[in-house]
Amino acid sequence: MKNALRMISVLIIVGLVSGGVLVCVYNYASPLIQRNEEEALQEAIFKVLPGITKYNELKKDGMTLYEGLDQKGNVSGYVFIAEGNGYQGPIRLIASLDKDLSRLTGLEVLESSETPGLGAEITQEFFKEQFRNLPVLLKIAFTKGAVSKPNEVQAITGATISTRAVVEILNLKIEEIRSVFGK
Amino acid sequence: MPLYKEFTKGLWKENPVFVQVLGMCPTLAVTTSAIYGFSMAAATTFVLVSSSFVVSVFKRFIPNQVRIATYTVIIATFVTVAHYFLKANFPPISKALGPYVPLIVVNCIILGRAEAFASKNSVVRSLADALGMGVGFMIALVILGGVRELFASGAVFGYTVMPHWQPWVIMILPAGAFISLGILVGVFNLISTRMKR
Repeated sequence: MKNALRMISVLIIVGLVSGGVLVCVYNYASPLIQRNEEEALQEAIFKVLPGITKYNELKKDGMTLYEGLDQKGNVSGYVFIAEGNGYQGPIRLIASLDKDLSRLTGLEVLESSETPGLGAEITQEFFKEQFRNLPVLLKIAFTKGAVSKPNEVQAITGATISTRAVVEILNLKIEEIRSVFGK
Repeated sequence: MPLYKEFTKGLWKENPVFVQVLGMCPTLAVTTSAIYGFSMAAATTFVLVSSSFVVSVFKRFIPNQVRIATYTVIIATFVTVAHYFLKANFPPISKALGPYVPLIVVNCIILGRAEAFASKNSVVRSLADALGMGVGFMIALVILGGVRELFASGAVFGYTVMPHWQPWVIMILPAGAFISLGILVGVFNLISTRMKR
């Protein structure tokens, strides 16, 4: 009985001290972590929409869209973040649309764990470049041969699944955006 | 045993990776480059030294039946501290190491040293032992990460040492980790047996 009480009291004390330490660490770290995340987002927005001086956050029906403004305060485009499954794990993209929501103007990969040398090529400039000025009124399609239609991009050799993932993540999100924010 | 030997045994004779073959999960998973191996080992060493210290100081108060539960809580606390510290101050490294920092909780090197050493030895000896094991782990991870980074990109710690290198993609994939670790353990054993003769 005495031993049992001792076991219980030691565990309680260890738990309380540990909890106390963690509260302090969390209070110290959480504002810094939040600031890091905001900075990363800001950097990404300015990267896909170069030339803007500030941006506003638009929220509607649970969706977030960032409206980029140029020096004169005119809307120069919209930025969105889209997420979906790739070949080996989630892919997170940030992309910009022109002000009519009819063309993609830029694309960056925020997070991916695709196969290095194959699927990971989605982070390369030659692949992302294909999405610049891509019309999105029709769904984006991809081809393994030469690009023949205006809404097509060329798939990465040996990484069709990763290419399809990027295209589908974009199509799905763009459709949602157009139905929520489109006029 | 002299005190300095408690420290040096972890570097070579009882190296946690090459000899005890403990903590294989982070060893194989995060060593895609030297700097990730270093950061992972630094976080592990911090947890190892802090928890060995606390376990050794309070060893007389911890009832035998609940010692593992107590050690686990102590270790988990330090792991969470390390995790939040990295996330707050080094976000790119924290992102690259992903779930492997929280997983230090289940790294057998740490619980192993708490159970096998810190719970039976004085505070100073426990600190020397934990620091030695941590540095030994760091040496192993930096060598492994360095080798893989070198063949995968021709660079070490991000500095190009082999320009015009045709990257070996396999070296950043899990298969490259197993192959490199196997060869390194072989080389390690070869040197050890030569030294004994």
